[in-house]
Amino acid sequence: MTGLLVNDRDIVFPGQVLAESIEFLPGEDVIREKEQLISTKIGIASINGRFVKLVPLTGPYIPKRDDIVIGKVVGIGLNGWRLDIGWAFEANLNLKDATSDFIEKGADLTKYFDYGDYLMTGISNVISTRIIDLTMKAPGLKKLGEGQIIKVGSTKVPRIIGKQGSMITMIKDYTGCRISVGQNGVVWINGDSPEKEHLAIRSIRKIEAESHINGLTDRMKEFLEQEKK
Amino acid sequence: MNKTYDKRFDGRKFDEIRPMEAKVGVVPRANGSAMFRIGGTIAIAAVYGPKELYPAFMQDPTKGILRCDYNMFAFSGAGDRVKPGGNRRSKEISMVTEKALIPMLDLSAYSGAVVDVSIELIQTDAGTRCAGITAAALALADAGIPMKDLVTAVSVGKVEDKLIVDLNYEEDSYPEGVDLPVAMATRTGEITLLQMDGRLTKEELKKLLEMAKKACADIKEVQIKALKEKYSLGGK
Repeated sequence: MTGLLVNDRDIVFPGQVLAESIEFLPGEDVIREKEQLISTKIGIASINGRFVKLVPLTGPYIPKRDDIVIGKVVGIGLNGWRLDIGWAFEANLNLKDATSDFIEKGADLTKYFDYGDYLMTGISNVISTRIIDLTMKAPGLKKLGEGQIIKVGSTKVPRIIGKQGSMITMIKDYTGCRISVGQNGVVWINGDSPEKEHLAIRSIRKIEAESHINGLTDRMKEFLEQEKK
Repeated sequence: MNKTYDKRFDGRKFDEIRPMEAKVGVVPRANGSAMFRIGGTIAIAAVYGPKELYPAFMQDPTKGILRCDYNMFAFSGAGDRVKPGGNRRSKEISMVTEKALIPMLDLSAYSGAVVDVSIELIQTDAGTRCAGITAAALALADAGIPMKDLVTAVSVGKVEDKLIVDLNYEEDSYPEGVDLPVAMATRTGEITLLQMDGRLTKEELKKLLEMAKKACADIKEVQIKALKEKYSLGGK
């Protein structure tokens, strides 16, 4: 097949022509204009046979169903909570999706989740950009205790987690911290000492800055070895 | 009238652009940001959002909206202090900036939300709206807002009988001179902004648009170079 203008794993920019042939198909963040495939974001080109897509390097978090996110309680209503999940609009956590307990009418909901609490929640439904339903009823979803919260770009989350969790496991092993990463780019870190938490934060910041450069795992291992001494 | 304009005031060729410089990611806390300098004009653009739009009646349930804010710093001009805050001129330029950028953006995933673009001119020497648009396009790309192409802008014009590219303040304010800011998407050649001060013949306009197209291609190279600097550090 001819007409491909970029190589696999090339960094591409908005408006760049990736392929000039009807034989190629546009994937995520790629549009077709007549014969041309055009990238719409800054990202890494990913070519799989006839399929040309983009792995974006930057961009806002857009909620998707079944995402696991970390949200902050910003509102309490009569029948649930409202959470800030790093999207333009707040998400709803309904009472019946939050707990199996029997709650009496007019009970004080702050006993469960109070203002400012961070929750590990799942997105159960995205009806529109403005109506997003959350749930706590899945394994591993819970209120996060004391710890530090940092925010990273949501496009970097797959690199922070690594293949089958390899990267995050490595940071956990070296620092001894408990770390939870939401797909919205909110990271919760809880360690035995502030130094260890700080090392985990620096590791994550390093991944964020260098996520698109090859050989990240080796570099991170080196970095953590060096810092541990 | 006696034609005296044989050489440009700053010694450039008639189709030469002033030295340019661009940098992406200059405002760390913003979702996306960029600086663009062309000669003595420096624009800084920062993108915030998508975020919820208030007042709610302005929300569009089918797509997100873009809101630009153009502002010149009080000390930005050459000489007199600029009165701070909004005025008729900045309101107009905010609007035309919005309209120059929106045809290339795809905000359909952000219904009900707004993407805010703040454009600040910290130093000015004519061509501010064009520098602002060029910086804003870079900042939007840095923020990861989907777009069909980077918008680039340049002002072209006429002093006496000479057609010129990238006017500076002396040329811009020359008596009976013409100033023609153009913004375009260079890949397709679509023009998204075209304003004119003064008078031109049809032939002159055609010629100026050709010159603008060439200049925009050069500016786009600077834009891409700035994006590469941020996004391929260390390289592969």
